[in-house]
Amino acid sequence: MTQTLTLSQLTKTYDGVTALRDVSLSLASGERVALLGHNGAGKSTMMKIILGLIPYDGGNVVVTGAAPGSAEARRRVAYLPENVAFHPALTGLEQIRHYLRLRGQDAGAAMGLLERVGLAHAATRRIGTYSKGMRQRVGLAQALIGHPALLVLDEPTSGLDPVSRRDFYALLDGLAAEGASILLSSHALTEVEARTDRIVILSKGVMVAEGRLSDLRRGAALPVAMQITARPGQGDALARALPGAVAQGDTLHLACDQDAKLPTLARISGLGDLVADLEVLPPSLEDIYSHFSRRDGQ
Amino acid sequence: MNRILATAATEFRIALRNRWVTIAVVMMALFSLVLSAAGSAPTGALGADRLSVTVASLTSLAVYLVPLVALLMSFDAVAGEVERGTLPLLLTYPVARAEVLMGKLVAHVGILALAVGVGYAIAAIAAAVVDPRALEGAPALWRLMWSSVLLGATFLGAGYALSAVSRRPSGAAGLAIGLWLVLIVLYDLGLLAAIVADGGGAFTTRVFPWLLLANPADAFRLYNLSASEATAAAAGLAGAANTIPAWQALVSILLWPLLALGLAIAAFRKVTP
Ligand SMILES: Nc1ncnc2c1ncn2[C@@H]1O[C@H](COP(=O)(O)OP(=O)(O)OP(=O)(O)O)[C@@H](O)[C@H]1O
Ligand SMILES: [Mg+2]
Repeated sequence: MTQTLTLSQLTKTYDGVTALRDVSLSLASGERVALLGHNGAGKSTMMKIILGLIPYDGGNVVVTGAAPGSAEARRRVAYLPENVAFHPALTGLEQIRHYLRLRGQDAGAAMGLLERVGLAHAATRRIGTYSKGMRQRVGLAQALIGHPALLVLDEPTSGLDPVSRRDFYALLDGLAAEGASILLSSHALTEVEARTDRIVILSKGVMVAEGRLSDLRRGAALPVAMQITARPGQGDALARALPGAVAQGDTLHLACDQDAKLPTLARISGLGDLVADLEVLPPSLEDIYSHFSRRDGQ
Repeated sequence: MNRILATAATEFRIALRNRWVTIAVVMMALFSLVLSAAGSAPTGALGADRLSVTVASLTSLAVYLVPLVALLMSFDAVAGEVERGTLPLLLTYPVARAEVLMGKLVAHVGILALAVGVGYAIAAIAAAVVDPRALEGAPALWRLMWSSVLLGATFLGAGYALSAVSRRPSGAAGLAIGLWLVLIVLYDLGLLAAIVADGGGAFTTRVFPWLLLANPADAFRLYNLSASEATAAAAGLAGAANTIPAWQALVSILLWPLLALGLAIAAFRKVTP
């Protein structure tokens, strides 16, 4: 598969402060990758380097086969900065028409783009009167211009309400299906979990984890939590049968290693009519995330 | 080219919404009206037509006003984008930094041309009403018009350069006012003082003409005043410089806008968003 983006051993220092160290990453076309990390981990820095906005100190960056920030790369890459801003005196429609012309596209497509992000009703109002979420939508609309090969989106869902977030990820699915690579950063772990192919975790400028969520889950080897509900009156008997479980009313909480998951399940089902219900809770992305970002970091 | 025009159209729209178009036009119109009213004393003794006299006073007005309006319109060009946070996104578009500045320049030059055109037209009409011979001054007025636009373009470019260098609107505004004071006010005072001190020596004959040509505002005044003899009386400093041929002043007027734009582009290229 063709790589739309390749970072190798990327290093960036801001006078003394290391923002990125030896980061290697590549994105195939059609891939959606989420960039996670605490505040100041280097997510925005990495994106600005990919766009050629700031120089880097070491390593190599190839964007759509060209140098970052080159005319060729800029033609094929779309960007949504964090805290995206526009001139307040322009209307949403005028702003998008302007961006279309800068990309050499027909300005008449502006209304269609605003409709796609649900902003058609406010298209002729000045951006100065928009809410934060509405400005974010203008930012999304401009990132859709001209079928980019790579979309770099810095916290794209910040300021969006839950329904708009769902719509936004549906939009991304469509783009990815058409072959666009998507690199997005986010602090909203749950939405990223369901809607991206791969996850990259940065901690203090170092890439501490990278891969599909299931791989990361295995790699982290975090305990699996189980909730076992006893049949009425059988609570004590169940607690005796499962030493190590913590009782909470009728429910027992049990944690076990990944490897011990199946034997434990077998044991529980062997308890037969003591058990009313069983719930298996895999480690959440939050757990995996804190596991990785703590390991080498704080 | 399309990207330059797109930028120009958007910038013009923004200037319209920010009332910059209105401010520039009203300012030039107002000052021209005042000048026409003040200059309505009989001048027949000089033998010049009314319009040529008006052109002379408009020249001295334009030297102050056109650079000021140009700097006011341009100091925000880069620093404002940096402050609003609109620059990073813009720079990821397939548009060269030079194209961005040229787009802004086209819009701002257009506004200046409009303001200057309206202002001078008012003065011309006022002159024509009083003096039927006023048509004789039409070439001088036309020359004043386009050279004013070029003078404006020079200071627009200078304003962009200062805007890119300072990266903050407040800092850029300070630098712009400073540049205006130095080039328009202090420069001539300094030259006058130097001439007086020199007493017609080597400085006055050798260095002074070059110093006049090096300042775009002085070159502008020189060109417009030397071109019309009738107004030599009003020339002040230029009187000391009537040895300078008009074509040299013209070259200076033509070169400065290019030089200023080049400086602005160089400064803008150094800005990291
Ligand atoms: N212009 C700059 N000058 C100096 N240091 C900077 C600059 N920009 C970023 N940094 C530093 O680089 C590090 C990474 O910053 P970056 O903005 O990439 O973090 P981030 O992961 O995007 O954080 P957030 O989640 O808060 O957006 C931080 O320590 C930050 O202080
Ligand atoms: Mg960030």
